[in-house]
Amino acid sequence: MRDPRIYGLLAEFDNVNDAIRAARSTYAAGYRKIDAYTPFPVEELSEAIGFEKNGVALVCLIGGLLGGTAAFVLQWWINNISYPLNVGGRPFNSWPSFIIVTFEMTILFSGLSAVFGMLALNGLPMPYHPVFNVPRFDLASKDRFFLIIFSSDKNYDPTRTRQFLEGLNPISVAEVPS
Amino acid sequence: MRRATEVEVGEQKAPVIQPGHTYASITEKIGAIVLRRPLTNGWLLGMVICFIILQWFLLAVCYLFYKGVGIWGVNIPIGWGFAIVNFVWWIGIGHAGTLISAILLLLRQSWRNSINRFAEAMTLFAVACAGMFPVFHLGRPWLFYWLFPYPNTMSYWPQFRSPLVWDVFAVTTYLTISLVFWFIGLIPDMASLRDQTSNRFVKIVYGLLCMGWRNSVRHWNRYETAYLLLGGLATPLVLSVHTVVSFDFSIGIVPGWHTTIFPPYFVAGAIYSGFAMVLVLAIPIRKFYGIEDFITMRHLENSAMVMLATGWIVCYGYAFEAFMNWYGGDPYETFLRWNRLHGPYAGFYYALLFTNLVVPQVLWFKRIRTNPLLLFFISLDVLVGMWLERFIIVVVSLTRDFLNSSFGMYYPTQWDWAIFIGTLGFFSACMFLFLRLLPAVSISELKTLLPEAEVTVKHEVEVHT
Repeated sequence: MRDPRIYGLLAEFDNVNDAIRAARSTYAAGYRKIDAYTPFPVEELSEAIGFEKNGVALVCLIGGLLGGTAAFVLQWWINNISYPLNVGGRPFNSWPSFIIVTFEMTILFSGLSAVFGMLALNGLPMPYHPVFNVPRFDLASKDRFFLIIFSSDKNYDPTRTRQFLEGLNPISVAEVPS
Repeated sequence: MRRATEVEVGEQKAPVIQPGHTYASITEKIGAIVLRRPLTNGWLLGMVICFIILQWFLLAVCYLFYKGVGIWGVNIPIGWGFAIVNFVWWIGIGHAGTLISAILLLLRQSWRNSINRFAEAMTLFAVACAGMFPVFHLGRPWLFYWLFPYPNTMSYWPQFRSPLVWDVFAVTTYLTISLVFWFIGLIPDMASLRDQTSNRFVKIVYGLLCMGWRNSVRHWNRYETAYLLLGGLATPLVLSVHTVVSFDFSIGIVPGWHTTIFPPYFVAGAIYSGFAMVLVLAIPIRKFYGIEDFITMRHLENSAMVMLATGWIVCYGYAFEAFMNWYGGDPYETFLRWNRLHGPYAGFYYALLFTNLVVPQVLWFKRIRTNPLLLFFISLDVLVGMWLERFIIVVVSLTRDFLNSSFGMYYPTQWDWAIFIGTLGFFSACMFLFLRLLPAVSISELKTLLPEAEVTVKHEVEVHT
């Protein structure tokens, strides 16, 4: 049933509302291994394909907590254990003066975790991907909206899935060679 | 992303994007600047001038590294001089970029979408210029890494109670976060350039830079979260950076520096000069690249209003400084006030008041706020004024501190000027390259402002089986 040479079927739409409608119908028809491609972020479309939660915020939180803790512990360790300096009898653990570096490191690590976490979860960098084989796919960054049903979906069938996509009033439907 | 549900097209407010544009026209127009626009004489001339200034800068820096900071006008009692004046000035300019990209993002000010890209680039180059000065000023700049805590054979560590060490952390964090913020903003647009070009080499370069971005909604979803989180993180960061810079002064006991008004007053001054630089760049860019449709009168007017507001906060800072000099009753502070008004640098102080407080008041008039040429000159005036402010803070306080025996004067040398003007050349050369190589206006964010990007479909489920 599944042709290993085919990665999926790609339907093209010329406006955002048609694409959202089509994505909802596709999801309702039981397809789960689907994705959409848009020239700008469309929240409703990622909801429509059943993708709402992502782990970026959690990665960012963990990164920030680690960065902040590490910065404070480092300063505490330096000033109390490794290199204590007695300046006029002032306390070694003068924590208020450590707050700024702690704050900056929290921001630095949470920011970098958010960015690199996002890239890692997205599987980027990935210079090659089968969808790039479709010539019209270049328009995904210009003015077209694409919906794909991957051939790995359990409901995928070369003829019925193509008929289904053609029933959604797309501009074109193309096979994506893998 | 920051969906603008209504794009105001009224008589009261100029639109944020001229009506009549479509997804395709935006992509074409911005992409064409990078991909299809021929090399113009204007660009070449500008680039050559900036490049010559840059070479002058490199020469000055080489001589500085060879001879040491003695070639500058700094000497005891004025150990800081131009290096710190320029450091604070440049880093202040950087603040507008982050303010536009982060704070206005959180406040859902959709007009930011067309100016954030080049404002972020401006931030990046300005912070790079700023970051050079403290390193040049170190005396032995090749040992700059001693500022960072790392295990070393000398078994010593940086002094974490010192504002100068806080500064290192604040500025490097700011530079790094600004860089990644700018870079991830560019990813979808570089993918768009990759898709538009037919030149194989250009396609490969942008394809590698955008890391194979394919506009998947799953990717967009995570991307949006990361972008928003960065906005949320950059907001306290940008406020903290100039606060920490002001700590370099206010933690010390020198008259005129030891004051609690410094952090808010520095941050407001930073945004003031930053928006001035945004206007100085935006006005020629929109004119010469024909993108008045995307950077409209609305952007210029809003920036002018931000300048007016922050200018008044700065004015409050001056007034409060003067009040505390008098009310505090400290003889050295009282003398500082007299010295600013009548001392050897009094001319600079009056010039500061004129450029920073008097001239920008014309921005109250809408006719002036909507006149690009006048706005350009007012912005230049503010940049000069904010530079004078840092000069007054650094030099006037240091030349006349506590003891008459330690009074002195500060005269910058040609090398001070060469390095200062050189960073202007570096900054402009970077901006010229940026305009030529990367999309100066965000393509994907601009599309979200179009009426056709509005999602009208209801949340109903149609079942096809």
